[in-house]
Amino acid sequence: MSHFIATIVQTIPQISDYVRILPEIVLAVFGMAVMLLDPLVDDEHSRRTLGVLALAGTICGLIATWYMAQSPGLAFSGMVRADSFSVFFHALVIAISGVVVLMSFEYTTVQKMRGGEYYGLILFSAVGMGLMSSAVELVLIFIALEISSISSYILAGMRRHEASSGESALKYFLLGSFATAFFLYGIALLFGATGSTNIEFIAQELQNSGSITLVYVAAALIFVGLGFKVAAAPFHIWTPDVYEGAPAPVVGFMSTAPKAAAFAVLLRIVFQLNAPRHFWIIWVAAVFSMTLGNLGALVQNNIKRLLAYSSIAHAGYVLVAFAAAPDLGPSAVIFYTAAYAAMNVGAFAIVSHLGSVDEKFVSLQDYEGLGQSSPVMAASLTIFLLSLIGIPMTGGFFGKFYVFSAALKSNLTWLTVIGLINSAVGAYYYLRVIVAMYMRQPQKQTPVAPVPFGVGLATALCLVATLYLGLLPGQVLERARLASGAVTAPSGVPAASSADLGPSAPSQ
Amino acid sequence: MNTASFDPVILTLVTFLPLAGGLLLMLMPRRDRDIRIFALVVSLATFFVSLHLPVHFHRGTTGFQFDVNKQWIASPNIHYHMGIDGISMWLVLLTTFLTPLCVLISWHSVHDKVKEFFVLLLILETALIGVFTSLDLFLFYFFWEATLIPMALLIGVFGHERKVYASVKFFMYTMIASIFMLVAILWLYAHTGSFDFETIRDLIAQGRVAGFQTAAQWLFLGFFIAFAVKVPLFPFHTWLPDAHVEAPTAGSVLLAGVLLKMGTYGMLRFNLGLFPAQSRSNANWIIVLALIGIIYGALVAMVQPNMKKLIAYSSVSHLGFVVLGIFSFTQAGLNGAMFVMLAHGVSTGALFMLAGILHERRHTYEISEFGGLAAPMPVYSATYLVIVLASVGLPLMNGFIGEFLVLSGAFQARPIYGILAATGVIWSAAYLLWMFQRVFYGKVTHNVNNTLADLQGTEKLAVWPCAVAALVMGVAPLLWLNAIDPAVSVSLKPFLELASRVVGR
Repeated sequence: MSHFIATIVQTIPQISDYVRILPEIVLAVFGMAVMLLDPLVDDEHSRRTLGVLALAGTICGLIATWYMAQSPGLAFSGMVRADSFSVFFHALVIAISGVVVLMSFEYTTVQKMRGGEYYGLILFSAVGMGLMSSAVELVLIFIALEISSISSYILAGMRRHEASSGESALKYFLLGSFATAFFLYGIALLFGATGSTNIEFIAQELQNSGSITLVYVAAALIFVGLGFKVAAAPFHIWTPDVYEGAPAPVVGFMSTAPKAAAFAVLLRIVFQLNAPRHFWIIWVAAVFSMTLGNLGALVQNNIKRLLAYSSIAHAGYVLVAFAAAPDLGPSAVIFYTAAYAAMNVGAFAIVSHLGSVDEKFVSLQDYEGLGQSSPVMAASLTIFLLSLIGIPMTGGFFGKFYVFSAALKSNLTWLTVIGLINSAVGAYYYLRVIVAMYMRQPQKQTPVAPVPFGVGLATALCLVATLYLGLLPGQVLERARLASGAVTAPSGVPAASSADLGPSAPSQ
Repeated sequence: MNTASFDPVILTLVTFLPLAGGLLLMLMPRRDRDIRIFALVVSLATFFVSLHLPVHFHRGTTGFQFDVNKQWIASPNIHYHMGIDGISMWLVLLTTFLTPLCVLISWHSVHDKVKEFFVLLLILETALIGVFTSLDLFLFYFFWEATLIPMALLIGVFGHERKVYASVKFFMYTMIASIFMLVAILWLYAHTGSFDFETIRDLIAQGRVAGFQTAAQWLFLGFFIAFAVKVPLFPFHTWLPDAHVEAPTAGSVLLAGVLLKMGTYGMLRFNLGLFPAQSRSNANWIIVLALIGIIYGALVAMVQPNMKKLIAYSSVSHLGFVVLGIFSFTQAGLNGAMFVMLAHGVSTGALFMLAGILHERRHTYEISEFGGLAAPMPVYSATYLVIVLASVGLPLMNGFIGEFLVLSGAFQARPIYGILAATGVIWSAAYLLWMFQRVFYGKVTHNVNNTLADLQGTEKLAVWPCAVAALVMGVAPLLWLNAIDPAVSVSLKPFLELASRVVGR
């Protein structure tokens, strides 16, 4: 009896348990507050008021992440882990959400959207993504994945009077459900193989029993599910259509934040489970994603489709790091997701602003002559595109640099060469946008509205982040390395020595 | 005040002064006149500051001088490491010398988007100087890629009819080629833990890099392909005529004067410096390509109807001399290669300026549109003649010294190289003098040409310094060579050791 009571007492959540999910609690509370306030304020004021509230929510979420970082450890009977890894991704995802909220201030007004659902869903989606990065229990990861996915399905369909937006949401929903089913099936097989859904327990079990075919199948299924979320080839078919139809700020959001969270889950599964590291499908998926993404982007005329294909290619670059050794790959992945978030959200901030009412102006022809009509926007977009190409001085360069140096150190020479050739090919289509903006005479006049405060601030933040990561990447890289230590150390013990991208050979 | 106290910061100052000026220029109001003056002041200031280098350079000593070495990023182990030797110093000087002239030559010819033009020009100058001063491979790659954007924009925004095509072609060619260099740099870092040029060089020389033997050939090629496209070595040269013909005058001047030298400088510094054994074993086919470049470039130049294309192909030919000199592995050949780089920068830069001046008046580069210009434009044609003679390699002009040294080096290496290359000198006399004759001598064939204005204020200021420099370099080459020679012998040392090892066997 006393034993039973002791068990009960153990499972009662402590204060520290709540602190370890504080960001989720804060975001959920703000999300609900936004939803509840929506009917109370009239239409004109709703967007601005609710937007500010949502922004406050993300700022409070960042503060809550800081609190969470102060008390690392397991929570809720070992379902959630607060460590440097989850803290990094919480900060990243919530920061992305904040910037997206900021650039949506004007967008929702221009497109005449209701603010309540929009901002609420962004916050809820952030809740799911935060939880994805801190959950160490497969069923909880699944629930978190669903929270974030379902929110983004709805967000994709927010341009209600546009058929393409409905198409986008429906496609995303159908294929997404299909993919999560794979994910769930993988979890079931892992449970069958080891008798647990706890990642740390499974990792121990696998170390004792060695790898079994069942585990490989399970890992493959899980990879299919997550491969869909990160838009890796051959699970990428949905991406261009969905990105084209969905509202531009939402695309900026869902091409970065859910991807970062899905990569976080993939890192936990691939590296913490430690089993299927030499997984050839990662190699193949990386090559396919880079190649198909870049080739597809070459012929696009719609900038949203172009960036959709580019996001497939970038998922491929990240997968290259997954194929690398465990002491090198994860920190490169983590850094890349951060750098990609900064440049891609920034690019979409500008795309969403220039799109104007009903997103009429999204083709390359509409960008002609932008260098004169809106020099600041054009220069900012140029910097984001140069970063996507991977030109020095930008975050994108160091992202690629870390990824490929990790791959090269793991003796993946061919993968590195294929990746780098791909990034050179990729330069062409980003250049087309720059060429259109600066070197072509406009055939028709695209009206350019003055830059509103929200978009301006969002762009500036992304710009600062992109250049900061490009000139002084040391700080963030250090965090990424600490974070990667948390997932690669055996059975969750924080790493004693941090993994290093640095020297391995002769001492000097 | 003791100017030597600037030594530790001088390279940083020279490198980033133009960038700082460019950033300030961005903030200035759009008054074109002020912008031009400001750009001129900044570039002249950079030139005068850079004069500190030859004045305080310790000639006769080897190794890098004025070096600074500070950690930039802890991991990966990237340092802000700059330093120059006799080779890079003159290339820095060449850059700082040509940039103010580019500002002057663009004084009247650029009237649209003036601010953007000069901002790009100054940013380009910083990137170019950075390429020559970096001693950290990462920093080098950083500046190397950074030159691409301002140059591509200069061509693409301010160029002529097919500017977009030329700009994108230029960008993609050099970008794809430099990817291979990046792979090689990353490999070196993965196996040595350092980006530092000297550290890597010493580790390789001591045979302390694991797996180097198997990878060395690929690493050599990785660097070489990036440099060969930039030079451009035959058959990678096809981007060059397009880029030159479409580029604005100042763009062409810097492209031919400095950008191409990034390639030959890279070969000299990195291919020879890091991979002496591979340079030796690959030398034969490289020399063959260089010889093809010399002769083919000259023959194609001969039949060009377009003056600017002719000068562009002459660059292919002249840069062939440089590559030949470098891969002859002789003291004379390397000294000559360095000297041709500088001489070509000055004289071809001036030729592009002169072609640009003509284009401004007639809006065409077609040689057949001109004829008999000596009568309406006497000063212009006299200046043109001086530059053409310098470029042809008339004794007492700068072209002669370099080509002579290269040829004697090539003869030492293998007589047939020298013989074949010597025909290039004849060809270059043929195509340049023939072009000169068709444009300037005889009667005025088109009536419009009678009214052409002669060389004017800022144009004189831009071209004459080049003519003077061409003459001084031809008369007193030792001023340059006594700094180049020790640096070159350092590059050659591993080859002499290699040779003695072979003989010893």
